[in-house]
Amino acid sequence: MITKEDVEHISWLASIKIEDEEKDEFVEQFNSILEYFHQLDEVDTDGVEPTYRVVDLANIFREDVARKSLSQEEALKNAPRRENGYFKSPRIV
Amino acid sequence: MDNVIIGLEIHVQLNRLQSKMFCGCSTAYQNSEPNTHTCPVCLGLPGSLPVLNRKAVECGIKVGLALNCTIEEETLFYRKNYYYPDLPKGFQISQYDFPLATKGHIMILGDDGAERDIRINRAHMEEDPGRLVHAGTIDKAKYTMVDYNRCGMPLLEVVTEPDLCSPKEARTFLDKLKSILEYLDVFDGSLEGSMRVDANISLKGGDRAEVKNISGFKGVEKALSYEITRQKNLQRRNIKVVQETRHFDELRSITVSIRSKVGAHDYRYYPESDLVTLHIASWVPGIRATLPELPDTKRERFVKQYALADDHAKSLTSDIKLANFYEAVVAKAAPKLAAVWIADVLKGELNYRNLGIDEFRPEHMVDIVQMLEQKKITEDGAVEIIRSILDKKGGSPEEIVKSMGLGKAGDDAVQKAVREAVAESPAAVADYKAGSERALNFIVGLVMKKTRGKASPGEVHDLVKSEVEKC
Repeated sequence: MITKEDVEHISWLASIKIEDEEKDEFVEQFNSILEYFHQLDEVDTDGVEPTYRVVDLANIFREDVARKSLSQEEALKNAPRRENGYFKSPRIV
Repeated sequence: MDNVIIGLEIHVQLNRLQSKMFCGCSTAYQNSEPNTHTCPVCLGLPGSLPVLNRKAVECGIKVGLALNCTIEEETLFYRKNYYYPDLPKGFQISQYDFPLATKGHIMILGDDGAERDIRINRAHMEEDPGRLVHAGTIDKAKYTMVDYNRCGMPLLEVVTEPDLCSPKEARTFLDKLKSILEYLDVFDGSLEGSMRVDANISLKGGDRAEVKNISGFKGVEKALSYEITRQKNLQRRNIKVVQETRHFDELRSITVSIRSKVGAHDYRYYPESDLVTLHIASWVPGIRATLPELPDTKRERFVKQYALADDHAKSLTSDIKLANFYEAVVAKAAPKLAAVWIADVLKGELNYRNLGIDEFRPEHMVDIVQMLEQKKITEDGAVEIIRSILDKKGGSPEEIVKSMGLGKAGDDAVQKAVREAVAESPAAVADYKAGSERALNFIVGLVMKKTRGKASPGEVHDLVKSEVEKC
Protein backbone atom coordinates (compact mmCIF):
# COMPACT_ATOMS: atom_id res chain seq x y z
CA MET A 1 0.00 0.00 0.00
CA ILE A 2 1.27 3.45 -0.97
CA THR A 3 0.85 5.98 1.80
CA LYS A 4 0.93 9.75 1.85
CA GLU A 5 4.51 9.55 3.20
CA ASP A 6 5.52 7.44 0.18
CA VAL A 7 4.10 10.04 -2.15
CA GLU A 8 6.02 12.76 -0.35
CA HIS A 9 9.23 10.73 -0.56
CA ILE A 10 8.75 10.00 -4.26
CA SER A 11 8.12 13.65 -4.95
CA TRP A 12 11.32 14.52 -3.08
CA LEU A 13 13.35 11.95 -5.05
CA ALA A 14 12.00 13.27 -8.34
CA SER A 15 12.35 16.89 -7.25
CA ILE A 16 8.75 17.50 -8.25
CA LYS A 17 6.69 19.62 -5.91
CA ILE A 18 3.26 18.25 -5.08
CA GLU A 19 0.68 20.46 -3.37
CA ASP A 20 -0.89 19.11 -0.20
CA GLU A 21 -4.34 18.76 -1.72
CA GLU A 22 -2.86 16.74 -4.62
CA LYS A 23 -1.28 14.15 -2.33
CA ASP A 24 -4.43 12.14 -1.57
CA GLU A 25 -5.19 12.05 -5.24
CA PHE A 26 -1.72 10.58 -5.96
CA VAL A 27 -2.06 8.02 -3.17
CA GLU A 28 -5.22 6.78 -4.82
CA GLN A 29 -3.73 6.76 -8.34
CA PHE A 30 -0.45 5.05 -7.33
CA ASN A 31 -2.40 2.36 -5.52
CA SER A 32 -4.71 1.72 -8.41
CA ILE A 33 -1.71 1.42 -10.78
CA LEU A 34 0.00 -1.03 -8.43
CA GLU A 35 -3.21 -2.98 -8.05
CA TYR A 36 -3.41 -3.30 -11.79
CA PHE A 37 0.12 -4.67 -11.89
CA HIS A 38 -0.71 -7.12 -9.13
CA GLN A 39 -2.55 -9.10 -11.76
CA LEU A 40 0.94 -10.33 -12.75
CA ASP A 41 1.17 -12.10 -9.39
CA GLU A 42 -1.38 -14.59 -10.64
CA VAL A 43 1.16 -15.99 -13.12
CA ASP A 44 2.97 -19.04 -11.81
CA THR A 45 6.72 -18.23 -12.09
CA ASP A 46 8.03 -21.23 -10.16
CA GLY A 47 11.27 -22.44 -11.73
CA VAL A 48 11.47 -19.50 -14.18
CA GLU A 49 14.77 -17.57 -14.29
CA PRO A 50 14.40 -13.82 -13.68
CA THR A 51 14.51 -11.74 -16.86
CA TYR A 52 16.94 -8.85 -16.99
CA ARG A 53 16.60 -8.21 -20.68
CA VAL A 54 13.76 -8.55 -23.12
CA VAL A 55 15.97 -7.97 -26.15
CA ASP A 56 17.79 -11.14 -27.14
CA LEU A 57 20.99 -9.41 -28.22
CA ALA A 58 24.43 -9.34 -26.63
CA ASN A 59 27.83 -7.74 -27.19
CA ILE A 60 27.08 -4.67 -29.24
CA PHE A 61 29.93 -2.20 -29.32
CA ARG A 62 31.39 0.80 -31.03
CA GLU A 63 35.09 1.16 -31.69
CA ASP A 64 37.14 3.62 -29.64
CA VAL A 65 37.20 6.44 -32.18
CA ALA A 66 36.67 10.07 -31.25
CA ARG A 67 34.47 12.19 -33.45
CA LYS A 68 33.42 15.80 -33.52
CA SER A 69 31.36 17.10 -30.60
CA LEU A 70 28.71 19.81 -30.54
CA SER A 71 29.90 23.39 -30.33
CA GLN A 72 29.52 25.12 -26.98
CA GLU A 73 26.75 27.25 -28.45
CA GLU A 74 24.84 24.18 -29.68
CA ALA A 75 25.34 22.40 -26.35
CA LEU A 76 23.92 25.32 -24.40
CA LYS A 77 21.13 26.11 -26.82
CA ASN A 78 18.33 24.71 -24.63
CA ALA A 79 19.74 25.88 -21.31
CA PRO A 80 17.37 28.26 -19.53
CA ARG A 81 20.32 29.83 -17.72
CA ARG A 82 24.00 29.91 -18.52
CA GLU A 83 27.14 31.73 -17.44
CA ASN A 84 30.55 31.86 -19.16
CA GLY A 85 29.90 28.71 -21.16
CA TYR A 86 28.52 26.76 -18.20
CA PHE A 87 24.99 25.54 -17.55
CA LYS A 88 23.74 27.37 -14.49
CA SER A 89 21.76 25.41 -11.92
CA PRO A 90 20.33 26.11 -8.49
CA ARG A 91 22.53 25.02 -5.62
CA ILE A 92 21.60 21.49 -4.57
CA VAL A 93 23.35 19.97 -1.60
CA MET B 1 45.98 3.35 14.75
CA ASP B 2 45.09 -0.29 15.31
CA ASN B 3 41.37 0.37 15.74
CA VAL B 4 40.82 2.31 12.51
CA ILE B 5 38.96 0.60 9.68
CA ILE B 6 39.11 2.04 6.17
CA GLY B 7 37.63 0.87 2.89
CA LEU B 8 38.04 2.74 -0.37
CA GLU B 9 36.02 3.23 -3.53
CA ILE B 10 38.32 4.49 -6.23
CA HIS B 11 36.99 6.04 -9.42
CA VAL B 12 39.57 5.65 -12.13
CA GLN B 13 39.20 7.42 -15.45
CA LEU B 14 40.25 5.18 -18.31
CA ASN B 15 41.77 8.28 -19.84
CA ARG B 16 44.12 6.54 -22.27
CA LEU B 17 41.03 5.85 -24.39
CA GLN B 18 40.25 8.18 -27.28
CA SER B 19 36.50 8.42 -26.84
CA LYS B 20 33.95 8.41 -24.01
CA MET B 21 32.17 5.34 -22.61
CA PHE B 22 28.96 5.50 -24.63
CA CYS B 23 29.55 8.14 -27.32
CA GLY B 24 32.27 9.35 -29.65
CA CYS B 25 33.13 12.56 -27.80
CA SER B 26 36.85 12.96 -27.27
CA THR B 27 38.32 12.23 -23.84
CA ALA B 28 40.87 15.05 -24.28
CA TYR B 29 38.80 17.67 -22.51
CA GLN B 30 41.46 18.83 -20.06
CA ASN B 31 42.18 22.55 -20.43
CA SER B 32 39.23 22.97 -22.80
CA GLU B 33 36.45 25.52 -22.61
CA PRO B 34 33.43 24.16 -20.68
CA ASN B 35 30.81 22.21 -22.65
CA THR B 36 32.88 21.79 -25.81
CA HIS B 37 33.17 17.96 -25.59
CA THR B 38 29.51 16.97 -25.56
CA CYS B 39 26.92 15.42 -27.85
CA PRO B 40 23.26 14.41 -27.55
CA VAL B 41 24.25 11.14 -25.80
CA CYS B 42 26.37 12.60 -23.00
CA LEU B 43 24.03 15.59 -22.64
CA GLY B 44 21.17 13.13 -22.14
CA LEU B 45 19.04 14.66 -24.91
CA PRO B 46 15.79 12.82 -25.68
CA GLY B 47 16.06 10.11 -28.32
CA SER B 48 19.81 9.62 -28.04
CA LEU B 49 21.09 6.12 -27.37
CA PRO B 50 24.33 4.94 -25.75
CA VAL B 51 26.63 2.46 -27.52
CA LEU B 52 29.40 0.87 -25.48
CA ASN B 53 33.09 1.48 -26.25
CA ARG B 54 34.63 -1.96 -26.87
CA LYS B 55 38.08 -0.90 -25.77
CA ALA B 56 36.73 0.42 -22.46
CA VAL B 57 35.55 -3.12 -21.68
CA GLU B 58 38.95 -4.53 -22.67
CA CYS B 59 40.65 -2.03 -20.35
CA GLY B 60 38.27 -3.00 -17.56
CA ILE B 61 39.09 -6.67 -18.01
CA LYS B 62 42.81 -5.90 -18.03
CA VAL B 63 42.49 -4.07 -14.71
CA GLY B 64 40.31 -6.83 -13.26
CA LEU B 65 42.90 -9.44 -14.14
CA ALA B 66 45.77 -7.33 -12.80
CA LEU B 67 43.86 -7.03 -9.50
CA ASN B 68 43.52 -10.83 -9.42
CA CYS B 69 39.75 -10.65 -9.84
CA THR B 70 37.36 -13.10 -11.44
CA ILE B 71 35.92 -11.77 -14.68
CA GLU B 72 32.25 -12.62 -14.72
CA GLU B 73 30.77 -14.58 -17.63
CA GLU B 74 27.84 -12.23 -17.95
CA THR B 75 27.88 -8.57 -17.04
CA LEU B 76 25.12 -5.95 -17.17
CA PHE B 77 24.67 -2.21 -16.97
CA TYR B 78 22.15 -0.61 -14.64
CA ARG B 79 20.63 2.80 -14.22
CA LYS B 80 21.52 4.41 -10.91
CA ASN B 81 18.85 7.03 -10.38
CA TYR B 82 19.55 10.24 -8.58
CA TYR B 83 18.57 13.75 -9.36
CA TYR B 84 21.57 16.04 -9.38
CA PRO B 85 22.79 18.56 -11.95
CA ASP B 86 26.00 16.62 -12.72
CA LEU B 87 23.85 13.96 -14.41
CA PRO B 88 21.88 15.37 -17.33
CA LYS B 89 19.87 12.14 -17.81
CA GLY B 90 18.75 11.98 -14.17
CA PHE B 91 20.60 8.67 -13.81
CA GLN B 92 24.12 7.34 -14.14
CA ILE B 93 24.81 4.27 -16.23
CA SER B 94 26.67 2.01 -13.84
CA GLN B 95 26.80 -1.61 -12.80
CA TYR B 96 25.13 -3.26 -9.81
CA ASP B 97 24.45 -7.00 -9.77
CA PHE B 98 26.75 -8.79 -12.23
CA PRO B 99 29.69 -6.34 -12.23
CA LEU B 100 32.61 -6.86 -14.59
CA ALA B 101 35.13 -8.16 -12.03
CA THR B 102 34.81 -9.52 -8.51
CA LYS B 103 36.88 -10.80 -5.58
CA GLY B 104 40.51 -9.89 -6.15
CA HIS B 105 43.44 -8.70 -4.08
CA ILE B 106 46.67 -6.72 -4.32
CA MET B 107 49.65 -6.73 -2.01
CA ILE B 108 50.85 -3.64 -0.17
CA LEU B 109 53.47 -2.89 2.45
CA GLY B 110 51.53 -2.36 5.68
CA ASP B 111 52.44 0.16 8.37
CA ASP B 112 53.84 -2.72 10.45
CA GLY B 113 56.49 -3.32 7.78
CA ALA B 114 54.94 -6.60 6.60
CA GLU B 115 53.45 -7.10 3.16
CA ARG B 116 49.84 -8.20 3.05
CA ASP B 117 46.94 -8.61 0.66
CA ILE B 118 44.21 -6.00 0.51
CA ARG B 119 41.04 -7.62 -0.78
CA ILE B 120 39.21 -6.12 -3.74
CA ASN B 121 35.44 -6.53 -3.51
CA ARG B 122 34.72 -5.64 -7.13
CA ALA B 123 35.60 -3.47 -10.09
CA HIS B 124 32.78 -2.18 -12.24
CA MET B 125 32.32 0.10 -15.24
CA GLU B 126 30.37 3.33 -15.18
CA GLU B 127 30.23 6.78 -16.73
CA ASP B 128 31.72 9.85 -15.10
CA PRO B 129 29.25 12.60 -14.16
CA GLY B 130 29.79 16.20 -15.24
CA ARG B 131 31.85 18.63 -13.22
CA LEU B 132 30.16 21.10 -10.89
CA VAL B 133 31.76 24.43 -10.18
CA HIS B 134 30.45 25.96 -6.99
CA ALA B 135 30.59 29.69 -6.56
CA GLY B 136 32.39 29.60 -3.19
CA THR B 137 32.40 26.52 -0.93
CA ILE B 138 29.94 23.65 -1.43
CA ASP B 139 27.86 24.44 1.64
CA LYS B 140 27.64 28.18 1.05
CA ALA B 141 27.43 28.61 -2.75
CA LYS B 142 24.44 30.53 -4.11
CA TYR B 143 24.29 28.56 -7.35
CA THR B 144 26.18 25.91 -9.28
CA MET B 145 27.73 25.97 -12.74
CA VAL B 146 27.90 22.75 -14.74
CA ASP B 147 30.44 21.58 -17.31
CA TYR B 148 29.52 18.33 -19.10
CA ASN B 149 32.92 17.81 -20.80
CA ARG B 150 33.70 15.10 -18.23
CA CYS B 151 30.24 13.58 -18.43
CA GLY B 152 30.40 10.11 -19.97
CA MET B 153 34.14 9.66 -19.43
CA PRO B 154 34.83 5.93 -19.06
CA LEU B 155 35.27 5.12 -15.38
CA LEU B 156 36.22 2.03 -13.53
CA GLU B 157 35.18 1.93 -9.89
CA VAL B 158 37.43 -0.25 -7.75
CA VAL B 159 35.96 -1.15 -4.37
CA THR B 160 38.15 -2.56 -1.60
CA GLU B 161 37.13 -4.51 1.45
CA PRO B 162 37.65 -2.59 4.75
CA ASP B 163 41.21 -3.93 5.04
CA LEU B 164 43.18 -0.70 5.48
CA CYS B 165 44.20 0.44 8.95
CA SER B 166 45.50 4.01 8.59
CA PRO B 167 45.54 7.00 6.26
CA LYS B 168 49.11 6.06 5.36
CA GLU B 169 48.08 2.56 4.34
CA ALA B 170 45.30 4.05 2.23
CA ARG B 171 47.94 6.15 0.51
CA THR B 172 50.20 3.13 0.02
CA PHE B 173 47.31 1.22 -1.53
CA LEU B 174 46.48 4.08 -3.90
CA ASP B 175 50.12 4.40 -4.97
CA LYS B 176 50.18 0.70 -5.75
CA LEU B 177 46.91 0.84 -7.66
CA LYS B 178 48.10 3.82 -9.68
CA SER B 179 51.33 2.04 -10.46
CA ILE B 180 49.44 -1.04 -11.75
CA LEU B 181 47.05 1.07 -13.83
CA GLU B 182 49.93 2.89 -15.47
CA TYR B 183 51.75 -0.38 -16.18
CA LEU B 184 48.58 -1.50 -17.98
CA ASP B 185 48.60 1.70 -20.03
CA VAL B 186 44.93 2.36 -19.32
CA PHE B 187 45.43 5.40 -17.10
CA ASP B 188 47.38 8.63 -16.92
CA GLY B 189 47.50 9.78 -13.30
CA SER B 190 49.04 13.14 -14.14
CA LEU B 191 45.72 14.51 -15.39
CA GLU B 192 43.62 16.47 -12.92
CA GLY B 193 40.74 14.55 -11.36
CA SER B 194 41.75 11.29 -13.06
CA MET B 195 41.47 9.34 -9.81
CA ARG B 196 38.86 10.28 -7.22
CA VAL B 197 38.29 8.47 -3.98
CA ASP B 198 35.37 7.89 -1.63
CA ALA B 199 36.51 6.57 1.74
CA ASN B 200 34.49 4.67 4.33
CA ILE B 201 36.00 5.10 7.71
CA SER B 202 35.11 4.02 11.21
CA LEU B 203 36.65 3.34 14.58
CA LYS B 204 36.25 -0.19 15.85
CA GLY B 205 32.74 -0.57 17.28
CA GLY B 206 31.47 2.72 15.83
CA ASP B 207 29.34 3.62 12.84
CA ARG B 208 31.09 4.61 9.65
CA ALA B 209 31.18 7.89 7.80
CA GLU B 210 31.64 8.06 4.07
CA VAL B 211 33.85 10.88 2.84
CA LYS B 212 33.04 11.60 -0.79
CA ASN B 213 34.99 12.76 -3.76
CA ILE B 214 38.51 13.28 -2.50
CA SER B 215 40.84 14.28 -5.29
CA GLY B 216 44.55 13.65 -4.99
CA PHE B 217 46.48 11.22 -2.78
CA LYS B 218 47.56 13.88 -0.31
CA GLY B 219 43.88 14.81 -0.03
CA VAL B 220 43.03 11.22 0.95
CA GLU B 221 45.58 11.21 3.75
CA LYS B 222 44.42 14.61 5.00
CA ALA B 223 40.70 13.83 4.79
CA LEU B 224 41.13 10.49 6.59
CA SER B 225 43.33 11.97 9.31
CA TYR B 226 40.81 14.73 9.90
CA GLU B 227 37.97 12.23 10.01
CA ILE B 228 39.76 9.97 12.51
CA THR B 229 40.39 12.92 14.81
CA ARG B 230 36.77 14.02 14.50
CA GLN B 231 35.43 10.55 15.33
CA LYS B 232 37.88 10.07 18.22
CA ASN B 233 36.84 13.41 19.71
CA LEU B 234 33.19 12.41 19.51
CA GLN B 235 33.96 9.06 21.12
CA ARG B 236 35.89 10.77 23.92
CA ARG B 237 32.85 12.94 24.67
CA ASN B 238 30.60 9.86 24.53
CA ILE B 239 28.80 11.12 21.44
CA LYS B 240 27.79 8.48 18.92
CA VAL B 241 29.27 8.74 15.42
CA VAL B 242 26.30 8.78 13.05
CA GLN B 243 26.41 7.02 9.73
CA GLU B 244 26.45 9.80 7.16
CA THR B 245 28.02 11.16 4.01
CA ARG B 246 30.62 13.89 4.36
CA HIS B 247 32.33 16.08 1.83
CA PHE B 248 36.05 16.85 1.98
CA ASP B 249 36.64 20.57 1.72
CA GLU B 250 40.14 20.77 0.28
CA LEU B 251 40.65 24.47 0.97
CA ARG B 252 39.89 24.14 4.67
CA SER B 253 41.20 20.54 4.96
CA ILE B 254 38.14 19.43 6.89
CA THR B 255 35.15 17.18 6.20
CA VAL B 256 31.64 18.61 6.36
CA SER B 257 28.37 16.77 6.65
CA ILE B 258 26.20 16.85 3.53
CA ARG B 259 22.77 15.86 4.70
CA SER B 260 21.87 13.91 1.59
CA LYS B 261 18.72 11.87 2.05
CA VAL B 262 19.38 9.53 -0.87
CA GLY B 263 20.43 6.23 0.64
CA ALA B 264 21.62 3.20 -1.33
CA HIS B 265 18.12 1.75 -1.49
CA ASP B 266 16.85 4.98 -3.00
CA TYR B 267 18.98 4.76 -6.14
CA ARG B 268 16.31 2.50 -7.62
CA TYR B 269 18.82 0.57 -9.70
CA TYR B 270 17.31 -1.20 -12.66
CA PRO B 271 18.77 -2.80 -15.80
CA GLU B 272 19.73 -0.23 -18.45
CA SER B 273 17.32 -1.11 -21.22
CA ASP B 274 19.26 0.82 -23.86
CA LEU B 275 22.31 -1.44 -23.55
CA VAL B 276 22.55 -5.16 -24.18
CA THR B 277 24.09 -7.91 -22.04
CA LEU B 278 27.82 -8.54 -22.30
CA HIS B 279 29.24 -12.04 -22.60
CA ILE B 280 32.94 -11.43 -22.34
CA ALA B 281 34.40 -14.46 -20.58
CA SER B 282 35.73 -15.67 -23.95
CA TRP B 283 37.85 -12.53 -24.23
CA VAL B 284 39.71 -13.25 -21.03
CA PRO B 285 42.43 -15.66 -22.24
CA GLY B 286 43.36 -13.34 -25.12
CA ILE B 287 43.53 -10.29 -22.87
CA ARG B 288 45.41 -12.17 -20.17
CA ALA B 289 48.04 -13.02 -22.76
CA THR B 290 48.59 -9.31 -23.45
CA LEU B 291 49.08 -8.34 -19.80
CA PRO B 292 52.48 -6.75 -19.25
CA GLU B 293 54.86 -7.71 -16.48
CA LEU B 294 53.35 -6.06 -13.38
CA PRO B 295 55.21 -4.19 -10.62
CA ASP B 296 55.63 -7.09 -8.16
CA THR B 297 56.91 -9.48 -10.83
CA LYS B 298 59.23 -6.88 -12.29
CA ARG B 299 60.59 -6.13 -8.83
CA GLU B 300 61.40 -9.81 -8.26
CA ARG B 301 63.05 -10.02 -11.65
CA PHE B 302 65.16 -6.91 -10.99
CA VAL B 303 66.40 -8.42 -7.74
CA LYS B 304 67.35 -11.67 -9.50
CA GLN B 305 68.56 -10.42 -12.87
CA TYR B 306 70.51 -7.35 -11.71
CA ALA B 307 71.34 -8.46 -8.16
CA LEU B 308 69.67 -5.36 -6.74
CA ALA B 309 68.74 -4.67 -3.14
CA ASP B 310 64.99 -5.16 -2.69
CA ASP B 311 64.36 -1.51 -1.79
CA HIS B 312 66.13 -0.35 -4.95
CA ALA B 313 64.15 -2.83 -7.04
CA LYS B 314 60.93 -1.63 -5.40
CA SER B 315 61.73 2.02 -5.94
CA LEU B 316 62.67 1.47 -9.59
CA THR B 317 59.56 -0.58 -10.39
CA SER B 318 57.03 1.68 -8.65
CA ASP B 319 56.64 3.64 -11.89
CA ILE B 320 56.67 1.94 -15.29
CA LYS B 321 58.51 4.86 -16.91
CA LEU B 322 61.24 4.72 -14.29
CA ALA B 323 61.53 0.94 -14.69
CA ASN B 324 61.88 1.30 -18.47
CA PHE B 325 64.44 4.05 -17.98
CA TYR B 326 66.48 1.82 -15.69
CA GLU B 327 66.43 -1.06 -18.16
CA ALA B 328 67.53 1.25 -20.97
CA VAL B 329 70.47 2.37 -18.82
CA VAL B 330 71.58 -1.10 -17.66
CA ALA B 331 71.74 -2.25 -21.26
CA LYS B 332 75.01 -0.29 -21.31
CA ALA B 333 76.04 0.40 -17.72
CA ALA B 334 76.73 -1.42 -14.46
CA PRO B 335 73.33 -2.51 -12.99
CA LYS B 336 74.03 -1.97 -9.29
CA LEU B 337 75.71 1.39 -9.69
CA ALA B 338 72.97 2.51 -12.09
CA ALA B 339 70.30 1.45 -9.56
CA VAL B 340 71.90 3.52 -6.81
CA TRP B 341 72.26 6.59 -9.01
CA ILE B 342 68.75 6.38 -10.45
CA ALA B 343 66.81 5.34 -7.34
CA ASP B 344 68.75 7.31 -4.73
CA VAL B 345 69.96 10.38 -6.60
CA LEU B 346 68.15 11.05 -9.88
CA LYS B 347 64.70 10.27 -8.43
CA GLY B 348 65.28 12.70 -5.56
CA GLU B 349 66.54 15.45 -7.85
CA LEU B 350 63.49 14.96 -10.11
CA ASN B 351 61.05 15.02 -7.18
CA TYR B 352 62.70 18.15 -5.80
CA ARG B 353 62.07 19.89 -9.12
CA ASN B 354 58.63 18.30 -9.58
CA LEU B 355 59.81 16.76 -12.86
CA GLY B 356 59.15 13.37 -14.42
CA ILE B 357 61.69 10.86 -15.68
CA ASP B 358 60.89 12.01 -19.24
CA GLU B 359 63.08 15.03 -18.52
CA PHE B 360 66.24 12.93 -18.38
CA ARG B 361 67.73 10.89 -21.23
CA PRO B 362 68.88 7.33 -20.49
CA GLU B 363 72.04 7.89 -22.64
CA HIS B 364 73.07 10.65 -20.26
CA MET B 365 72.68 8.34 -17.27
CA VAL B 366 74.72 5.70 -19.11
CA ASP B 367 77.53 8.27 -19.61
CA ILE B 368 77.43 9.30 -15.96
CA VAL B 369 77.53 5.73 -14.63
CA GLN B 370 80.33 4.82 -17.02
CA MET B 371 82.40 7.86 -16.01
CA LEU B 372 81.87 6.97 -12.34
CA GLU B 373 82.94 3.40 -13.00
CA GLN B 374 86.06 4.54 -14.83
CA LYS B 375 86.71 7.01 -12.00
CA LYS B 376 86.71 9.90 -14.45
CA ILE B 377 84.39 11.89 -12.19
CA THR B 378 83.75 11.98 -8.45
CA GLU B 379 80.36 11.33 -6.85
CA ASP B 380 79.98 15.04 -6.16
CA GLY B 381 80.78 15.69 -9.81
CA ALA B 382 78.09 13.22 -10.90
CA VAL B 383 75.51 15.01 -8.77
CA GLU B 384 76.56 18.33 -10.31
CA ILE B 385 76.10 16.90 -13.82
CA ILE B 386 72.60 15.63 -13.01
CA ARG B 387 71.60 18.97 -11.53
CA SER B 388 73.05 20.87 -14.44
CA ILE B 389 71.09 18.78 -16.96
CA LEU B 390 67.84 19.12 -15.01
CA ASP B 391 68.28 22.84 -14.58
CA LYS B 392 68.33 23.04 -18.38
CA LYS B 393 71.83 24.35 -18.76
CA GLY B 394 72.08 22.03 -21.75
CA GLY B 395 74.90 19.80 -22.96
CA SER B 396 75.83 16.16 -22.57
CA PRO B 397 77.53 14.84 -19.41
CA GLU B 398 80.93 14.87 -21.15
CA GLU B 399 80.49 18.49 -22.22
CA ILE B 400 79.39 19.46 -18.73
CA VAL B 401 82.45 17.75 -17.25
CA LYS B 402 84.62 19.89 -19.53
CA SER B 403 82.75 23.17 -19.19
CA MET B 404 82.38 22.95 -15.41
CA GLY B 405 85.81 21.43 -14.86
CA LEU B 406 84.38 18.39 -13.09
CA GLY B 407 86.90 15.91 -14.45
CA LYS B 408 88.51 13.94 -11.66
CA ALA B 409 92.14 14.88 -11.06
CA GLY B 410 94.59 12.32 -12.45
CA ASP B 411 96.39 10.01 -9.99
CA ASP B 412 99.66 11.87 -10.52
CA ALA B 413 98.10 15.22 -9.70
CA VAL B 414 96.48 13.80 -6.56
CA GLN B 415 99.72 12.13 -5.44
CA LYS B 416 101.57 15.40 -5.96
CA ALA B 417 98.97 17.35 -3.98
CA VAL B 418 99.13 14.79 -1.16
CA ARG B 419 102.93 15.02 -0.92
CA GLU B 420 102.78 18.84 -0.90
CA ALA B 421 100.03 18.96 1.68
CA VAL B 422 101.81 16.58 4.06
CA ALA B 423 105.06 18.56 3.70
CA GLU B 424 103.17 21.80 4.46
CA SER B 425 101.51 20.43 7.62
CA PRO B 426 104.19 19.38 10.13
CA ALA B 427 101.96 20.22 13.10
CA ALA B 428 99.12 17.99 11.86
CA VAL B 429 101.56 15.18 11.16
CA ALA B 430 102.90 15.47 14.71
CA ASP B 431 99.34 15.43 16.13
CA TYR B 432 98.53 12.30 14.13
CA LYS B 433 101.68 10.58 15.39
CA ALA B 434 100.63 11.58 18.91
CA GLY B 435 97.42 9.56 18.36
CA SER B 436 94.94 12.08 16.94
CA GLU B 437 93.26 10.38 13.95
CA ARG B 438 91.31 13.56 13.30
CA ALA B 439 94.46 15.51 12.50
CA LEU B 440 94.39 13.82 9.08
CA ASN B 441 91.21 15.70 8.15
CA PHE B 442 93.18 18.94 8.07
CA ILE B 443 95.58 17.52 5.51
CA VAL B 444 92.74 15.94 3.48
CA GLY B 445 91.06 19.36 3.36
CA LEU B 446 94.25 20.88 2.06
CA VAL B 447 94.49 18.26 -0.71
CA MET B 448 90.85 18.85 -1.72
CA LYS B 449 91.62 22.54 -1.94
CA LYS B 450 94.70 21.95 -4.09
CA THR B 451 92.78 19.63 -6.45
CA ARG B 452 89.75 21.94 -6.36
CA GLY B 453 87.43 19.18 -5.29
CA LYS B 454 88.23 16.94 -8.25
CA ALA B 455 89.58 14.16 -6.07
CA SER B 456 87.48 11.68 -4.14
CA PRO B 457 87.68 12.47 -0.39
CA GLY B 458 87.73 8.78 0.57
CA GLU B 459 90.66 7.98 -1.70
CA VAL B 460 92.52 11.11 -0.60
CA HIS B 461 92.10 10.12 3.03
CA ASP B 462 93.77 6.75 2.38
CA LEU B 463 96.58 8.32 0.38
CA VAL B 464 97.25 10.94 3.06
CA LYS B 465 97.30 8.29 5.75
CA SER B 466 99.92 6.18 4.00
CA GLU B 467 101.99 9.26 3.14
CA VAL B 468 101.96 10.47 6.76
CA GLU B 469 102.94 7.06 8.01
CA LYS B 470 106.03 7.21 5.78
CA CYS B 471 107.16 10.36 7.59
